[in-house]
Amino acid sequence: MIDRAYRVFSLSLIAIAMLTATTFARHAEAATRASEATLPNGMRIVVIPDHRAPVVTHMVWYRTGAADEPPGVSGIAHFLEHLMFKSTDTIPNGEFSKIVSRLGGQDNAFTAQDLTAYFQRVAKDRLPKVMALEADRMVHLRLEEKEVLTERNVILEERRTRVENNPAAILDEQMNAALFMSHPYGIPVIGWEHEIARLSREDALAFYKTHYAPNNAILVVSGDVTLDEVRKLAEATYGKIPANPAVVPRARPQEPPHRAARRLELKDPRAGKASWHRMYLAPSYKTAAPGEAEALDILMKVTADGATSRLYKALVVEQRIASSARGYYSGSGRDDGKISIVVVPADGVPMAKVEAAVDAVLADVRKNGVTAAEIERAKKSYIAEYVYEADSQATLARRYGWALTVGQSVADIEAWPDRIAKVTPEAVQAAAQKSFDIRRSVTGTLLPEAPDAPPQSAANPAKPNRS
Amino acid sequence: MNDQSTSRGGATFRSLGLTVAGIAAALIGVALLRPSAPQARDAAKPALAAPPTGQTKGSSTAPKMAEAKPDAKTAPKTGTGPAAIPTTAEPRATVSARRAAPEQVKPSMKIQQVTSPGGIKAWLVEEHSVPLLAVRFSFDGGSSQDPAGKEGVANFLTAMMDEGAGDLDHTKYQERMEELAMRMSFTDDADVMYGSFETLTANRDAAVDMLRLAITKPRFDQEAVERIRKQLLSGLAFAAKNPDRVVQREWSALAFKGHSYGRPANGTPATVAAITRDDLVAFRQKNFARDTLHVGVVGDISAAELGVLLDRVFGDLPAKADITPVGDAAPDAKDKLKIIEMDVPQSVVRFGMNALPRKDKDFMAAYVLNQILGGGGFASRLMEEVREKRGLAYSVYSYIQPMRRASIFAGGVATKNEAVAQSIDVIKQELTRMAADGPSQTELDNAKSYLTGSFPLQLDTNAKIANRLLWMQLEDTGIDYIDTRNAQIDAVTLDDVKRVAKRLLKVDDLIITVVGKPKGLAPRG
Repeated sequence: MIDRAYRVFSLSLIAIAMLTATTFARHAEAATRASEATLPNGMRIVVIPDHRAPVVTHMVWYRTGAADEPPGVSGIAHFLEHLMFKSTDTIPNGEFSKIVSRLGGQDNAFTAQDLTAYFQRVAKDRLPKVMALEADRMVHLRLEEKEVLTERNVILEERRTRVENNPAAILDEQMNAALFMSHPYGIPVIGWEHEIARLSREDALAFYKTHYAPNNAILVVSGDVTLDEVRKLAEATYGKIPANPAVVPRARPQEPPHRAARRLELKDPRAGKASWHRMYLAPSYKTAAPGEAEALDILMKVTADGATSRLYKALVVEQRIASSARGYYSGSGRDDGKISIVVVPADGVPMAKVEAAVDAVLADVRKNGVTAAEIERAKKSYIAEYVYEADSQATLARRYGWALTVGQSVADIEAWPDRIAKVTPEAVQAAAQKSFDIRRSVTGTLLPEAPDAPPQSAANPAKPNRS
Repeated sequence: MNDQSTSRGGATFRSLGLTVAGIAAALIGVALLRPSAPQARDAAKPALAAPPTGQTKGSSTAPKMAEAKPDAKTAPKTGTGPAAIPTTAEPRATVSARRAAPEQVKPSMKIQQVTSPGGIKAWLVEEHSVPLLAVRFSFDGGSSQDPAGKEGVANFLTAMMDEGAGDLDHTKYQERMEELAMRMSFTDDADVMYGSFETLTANRDAAVDMLRLAITKPRFDQEAVERIRKQLLSGLAFAAKNPDRVVQREWSALAFKGHSYGRPANGTPATVAAITRDDLVAFRQKNFARDTLHVGVVGDISAAELGVLLDRVFGDLPAKADITPVGDAAPDAKDKLKIIEMDVPQSVVRFGMNALPRKDKDFMAAYVLNQILGGGGFASRLMEEVREKRGLAYSVYSYIQPMRRASIFAGGVATKNEAVAQSIDVIKQELTRMAADGPSQTELDNAKSYLTGSFPLQLDTNAKIANRLLWMQLEDTGIDYIDTRNAQIDAVTLDDVKRVAKRLLKVDDLIITVVGKPKGLAPRG
């Protein structure tokens, strides 16, 4: 029986101190949460303690994702993620999740451009079992032809759910493809439908053998454990797997200078209402100059996030030309990030008017910056979010795992509230001047109208010219 | 781009710099099998890949009562914080404890019943290791109390709760919330309106004052009413073209025709256009009262301090609510299949029928049965037959949802138009097979070991515990529920599950709605 009151919960006290300016600041040195180790085979270990409840979140993050796929097999990273739940040399097809379920655990996995992650949430005494299972499928995946073909139909259905049934998702996919001219971020994580339809067992195995290895993985465990406990368990499981010399540092094509604004229009009667979209290429936390990404987060909070933002006040409250207007900066990738803005115009308001109003808000921020009071509120919002999120061990595991997998350090993660607190008005204005650059943008409109020409079947695109 | 991810059975999500969470809550442990729901409801950080409905303020994008999904519990609604939606379909205590699995990890916590000097009750778990406070509360009523012709009032009200109160107009109110780093949000289902409030200890007094203002002195300025109305109407326009939303709404309308559960909880364009400021005022006055108030609290506060807080926030409310009684209902329809044509490559199917009320002695057995059939993540029969063996769908699931005046067993599947008929056939076959033979002893044992073993996962955050404290009061489980719940599950026998399978799974009673262009499927009379 666990008595919650006797367990220590070392929330980020620095962050709380920033919000309250009370005596918590005195205890700020206690704020380091995660501890680290590395196995001899190169697998990194990060442990984030939370002893309030007798449960753990166990995650393995691979430093490979959709942006690391070879040309022509888009979606293979995600497909492989699904196939990892099929048979290994010792686990029959479909048994993986059933074993976890019998352990009272929950499991799943996800794929992004820069990473692929697998997780189980279990009572702490079952951690050794799920670690053994996860270590097994790191190198012993078998993949039978029938499993592969059936699962390919599942991911085609997944694509229909996520994209084909949803015009806004189709536009988003097209805009991304226009935003990234050279970098593979322009290809959707789930893959293009015509390429998914041809993915094979051999494609999956090739990707697996190139990228799945302890020296390309990070183990993150949060919850009711210590680093020593996890390290011992990891030595007995992941530690037995030799490093794979085939793993090489990631290098992807980078963006050339962007010289011309791009515009897209999608007409789709399923759209419900018209909407206006814009993306700007921006640096990420990984690629930005020191302080620049933090300034971009503040900039977009003030400019576009929520009912106190510049865009909402201008378009929704004052001019009444939109029913919603919001945007955000996403800078959590290994390579470039982006700024996104979406506006739903009020009935009958022309797109041109909405666009002019957005551009006027952005121009004003470029020219005059934002106020110190706005910046302070934005900082408090972010730091509060950081603090409140620490209530969830699952969330913490994800925060650390994601950042580490794209190349940040534990110190980077834990100093984030501090760096946010240091953002200056000048930095925010500089970020606006650099980032709101129309040449580095894609503007998209989604109109609830019949298309001008019959839609091209996604499954049967123009035939490649094979001469 | 880099922060869009695609999951085996979860949600697309995005992150903001390093603050990747919220999102995580939408994926880990919650959204295993419901690909479309969490992304659209991550209102705090709208994904552009998600339908623009996700940006709409207020609750117009979240599934409502009769159409609620069991994972709604953690979905934020307004973007100002987590919402308390304790819809976990777990039963009340009906069986006495017998045995616990030997290895079972048993969660435990000290729950205090607090009564304020003014007589307001709350359940409290003190947690002083973090200077944070999480409060969840509710008033009975919800959208079943929407006046006829004014459907959507309750939902409208939830969207107005942070739009200004006391001397603070909407801008000042929301700026003050940010300055205090507080979180507050409201949501509703057909039976109940929920509130969620979180604050840091250091700002507690000022934040509590903001909550008090919102509940007792909301302004409902005309400008704000009109602005929110536009957002709600825009949300309805998106929802009307969203197959997931349409199939849910149509199912409720078909199965609960003539009952308030069958009405559109978010209203229609006509009813939302008709709602006036007076309607909002009247709804609040009738429904926000001390006699139907329930409160669950976790965090850095003593029982005495909580008593003072309760009186400050809720003490000025009327003693008694003025609730219009709602009659009992059971899903029923003459035409059991309805196809709503929409030009999409993938049809979305919803099926459902009558289930047991929570107080039925077989409810726990039914809960375990559903776990085996379609509630058990990747291990369920429906998942096995529809997805794993045949590759027909990404998502297929079922759940039991007891409400105040009805109970449903329901589920869904999404599949390409060509495979709809086959998918429905497979699902029906599985229900028929389960009704005839029940599960195997192994399936039962596996389901029980999942349900009991995973219970601690539902109690590993302050927010989840606060939700659970509220839920236990609303469902009248008894204050010892945390300690007895696993024993109740362990007590379910194979005979219990077989009996309830026969009683519950009457395949001919299934009511099915389909949105899309399904091939080879004819409505039958």
